[in-house]
Amino acid sequence: MNPFTYSRVADANQAVTAVSGKPKSKFLGGGTNLIDLMKMGVEMPNGLIDINRLPFAQIEELPDKSVRIGAMARNSDVAEHELIKTRYPALSQALLSGASPQLRNMATVGGNLMQRTRCYYFYDPAFPACNKRKPGSGCGAIDGYNRIHAILGQSEQCIATHPSDMCVALAAFDAIVRVRGPNGEQQIAFGDFHRLPGNTPERDTNLGPDELIIAVDLPAIPFAVRSHYLKVRDRASYAFALVSVAAALDLGSNNRITAARVALGGVAHKPWRANAAEKKLTGQEANENTFRAAAEAELAPAKSYKYNSFKIELAKRAIVRALSNVAAMG
Amino acid sequence: MASESEEPAASGSSEPNEPAIVSHLATRRKFIKQVAGTSAALAIGPHLVGSASLDPVTSTTTPAGTSDLVKVNLKINGESHELDVDPRMTLLDALRERLQLTGSKKGCDHGQCGACTVLVNGRRINSCLTFALMHEGDEIITVEGLASGDELHPMQAAFIEHDGFQCGFCTPGQICSAVALLHEGHANTDDEIREWMSGNLCRCGAYPNILAAIKQAKTKGRA
Repeated sequence: MNPFTYSRVADANQAVTAVSGKPKSKFLGGGTNLIDLMKMGVEMPNGLIDINRLPFAQIEELPDKSVRIGAMARNSDVAEHELIKTRYPALSQALLSGASPQLRNMATVGGNLMQRTRCYYFYDPAFPACNKRKPGSGCGAIDGYNRIHAILGQSEQCIATHPSDMCVALAAFDAIVRVRGPNGEQQIAFGDFHRLPGNTPERDTNLGPDELIIAVDLPAIPFAVRSHYLKVRDRASYAFALVSVAAALDLGSNNRITAARVALGGVAHKPWRANAAEKKLTGQEANENTFRAAAEAELAPAKSYKYNSFKIELAKRAIVRALSNVAAMG
Repeated sequence: MASESEEPAASGSSEPNEPAIVSHLATRRKFIKQVAGTSAALAIGPHLVGSASLDPVTSTTTPAGTSDLVKVNLKINGESHELDVDPRMTLLDALRERLQLTGSKKGCDHGQCGACTVLVNGRRINSCLTFALMHEGDEIITVEGLASGDELHPMQAAFIEHDGFQCGFCTPGQICSAVALLHEGHANTDDEIREWMSGNLCRCGAYPNILAAIKQAKTKGRA
């Protein structure tokens, strides 16, 4: 591991000042991904700003009934919080389906947003080609072993997927990311936070280099109580998603869908909001035919590679299953 | 439980004519530590020599203009330890290499196996994925701190009674994890215990016995 200076900060302004003008400095939260990447030689910061003592760990309801989750709240605390379990069950389920209890006790909400892909070619510098790790070096995955890779929104430069479960639920719920920078606070809509790879796969997010995530806000969505997270993976537990679905339905009279939220994990460079599926669902009767049509619409532009073509049909079936589960919630 | 044996290293078992290099070393553990220490020093030496001087930042714990080592006070099993550590030192390495608390094991060193599980402020974490410097003032409990004197923690006793291990390498992590699990309240069914213990791998496959041990500790013992 490369050497670095370590410092600890007590408030957000100190944290922002500490990284300003130092592109090789990084914030250190739970460390579960960053320290691992430093051990691998993928991340090589020369300064770490420990933000674990920042007072941003609370989860609270705001006057407009939205819920604010502090960026330093640990994944386990968010998953177990009564407000989250009752109002946004898919978020709680997504968190509990990720990593292990030990890692969830360490990992923060802000860090979860910032975690990097588990593409083998990115994670191991022994592979020479990775445009994300080393811009311009090529993509080892496109013609390599690409079983876990993207089927939507990818580019010729990068077919990596975003690894988070939590972020899939946040995408479905239209979360707002609150960040503090040198010029004060600003808000980033969740759909604009993570990026598609395009020609700059080295950039995972639109967060500025001297910006700090301080909270994630969940807008009040009454029908989110009827939401569900479905994760399909190679093991029964403790594995990244091959495909996952966060889904919520607002059902009116005659079983008509008045509003739908669907987001997919494991399929793209960012948590994938399924706009085409939502459009197909809205106004229709909640039944398997409707769900299948929505899944077909969402996956119509999908493109697969040698080892991941199974993901297209898997994603369709996962959408149908997740929506069926939500509809059955009564 | 898997205590570290300090028995003298076996000598002359296969090659009686070989110089008995290890025979004058007191123990196998000490020998391994010396070798590991040497290679670690070689590995980090050049970096330390070449690293830039410390960059003073407000509220930093790094003493500006001094060496690369930083002071940290770790409270482990109720006892305070003041150490000078390289910022890169993980909590696991501080426990094992500096404080001789070798119960916590380095399995994968990447947060995947759970052999390094310890309790920090009552919560289980992977000590391999956290720097020692991040734990100033935290209450850290390792497997060495679970027993009361000679009286085993009920979870330790249950693991022995149910043969919840074969080689024993994952056991300290399994036990720390299981102790935390009972506090978390997610040990209500067999499936729930399996799910919530999934961060602790056992290559010997002692899972059925680990499950039995946890169930017994839940009904019989303090957690």
